[in-house]
Amino acid sequence: MLIPHPLLGLRDAQEFTYLGDARLIERPTSGDEAELADYVFQRDNPAGLHRELWFHEQGDRSWLVVTRNTLTHEILGAELARDVSLARKEGTA
Amino acid sequence: MKFSGFRVVAEALRGHKGWKPLWRDPAPQSEYDVIIIGGGGHGLATAFYLAEVHGIRKVAVLEKGWLGSGNIGRNTTIIRSNYLLPGNQPFYEFSMKLWEGLEQAINFNAMVSQRGILNLYHSDGQRDAYRRRGNAMHLTGAGAELLDQDAVRRMYPWLNFDNARFPIKGGLLQRRAGTARHDGVAWGYARAADLRGVDIIQNCEVTGFRIEHGRVQGVETNRGFIGAKKVGVAVAGSSSRVMAQAGLRLPIESHVLQAFVTEGLKPAIDGVITFGAGHFYVSQSDKGGLVFGGDIDGYNSYAQRGNLPVVEDVVEGGMALMPRIGRARLLRSWAGLMDMSMDGSPIIDRTPVDGLYLNAGWCYGGFKATPASGYAFAHLLATDTPHETATAYRLDRFARGHVIDEKGVGAQPNLH
Repeated sequence: MLIPHPLLGLRDAQEFTYLGDARLIERPTSGDEAELADYVFQRDNPAGLHRELWFHEQGDRSWLVVTRNTLTHEILGAELARDVSLARKEGTA
Repeated sequence: MKFSGFRVVAEALRGHKGWKPLWRDPAPQSEYDVIIIGGGGHGLATAFYLAEVHGIRKVAVLEKGWLGSGNIGRNTTIIRSNYLLPGNQPFYEFSMKLWEGLEQAINFNAMVSQRGILNLYHSDGQRDAYRRRGNAMHLTGAGAELLDQDAVRRMYPWLNFDNARFPIKGGLLQRRAGTARHDGVAWGYARAADLRGVDIIQNCEVTGFRIEHGRVQGVETNRGFIGAKKVGVAVAGSSSRVMAQAGLRLPIESHVLQAFVTEGLKPAIDGVITFGAGHFYVSQSDKGGLVFGGDIDGYNSYAQRGNLPVVEDVVEGGMALMPRIGRARLLRSWAGLMDMSMDGSPIIDRTPVDGLYLNAGWCYGGFKATPASGYAFAHLLATDTPHETATAYRLDRFARGHVIDEKGVGAQPNLH
């Protein structure tokens, strides 16, 4: 698999490590125990489009949000996780 | 139709004209006591033990494709009970005992072969960890022997003992472990369940659950609505997809695991060997092929096929362990979908929906668990209480902090 890094172009997925669902960016801050357990353990695990976090460990050490089809392994796009997180904060502010 | 040596001779004398299909092909009835979703090893075993142990025979097994088309036919056929934690080891040892009596119980040759599994260690720390594991195995009567390098040399003199990075220092041996013919397990359970009145309905995909007032009434399928008092879901690999139809999210990610087989060779490996410095396990099938595998690919997938980097990683492990594997030609590789749970251990439990039960999260260790999984799930479905060996496999253990994390890596499924 090749991941289209927004800054570095197409990079081999082997340079990255995989964390999981991109919703892990949205860490709850309320302190509610049930909400935190849900965040840590529960996953949507969809068959089809999946937004997920990849870390460019053997590269520029940036976190990316990659959109990938879990049925075909086709990669449809990648954004810097930083940009995704900032856009999310602006949306809620 | 009972299988026996006499029967084989009798059939040989009359041109093998008396053999019949191993199970019927019934149309679904309108209502069952129990519906099992998933006609794989665990689902078929559940149906068998429901009928055999609990006398519940108005049971249907619904299979989306053909019987045994999922992971029961895609694994590397290893059976063992060499776990560490108290939540796991008694369950897997119970499974091992069921394997030992399986062929008599279902009157079918599943080719259970207790050829032993040898887990190699490569450092003092790993030896100590294996000693501890061996002691945990002894607590359940599973049996374990810690071998030094000389003892391993006598068993397998051709291993790469003097690998510069990962010299083999010894191994933990469980003699009662081994292999079984994976398809034969599915067919044997299917036939035995069918003979006890269970309807096995293939090409029947569940498209939804009918839930009224928090209680399951039955399932919608591509062959119409089928009513049921209780519904058990045993669809590891696709658990999240099926349970989403009941509005449930699970502590599971689906990952892809690859397996490989070489061309048929003369007898070369008489047991199961695992490499302790990487992730590689190998045995030889009765047909002669070396069957081996390694790590999952490591990203969410429903593709039932993996990618080349993991192929390279697995064969590198093989070359480090036994360089002579490099002379064998690879015949086939394939992949299956793993329910990777958040602590690496399975779930056999009720769900928040009354009458809906879940058997899931087997990671890449489901095959060895097939008999105990079926037995414990049948026990839960019949009595509404967990089987004594499966009390830890609760769906709510994650929120309560009672995870069963054999590898101690936390809620990161691709590390289990």
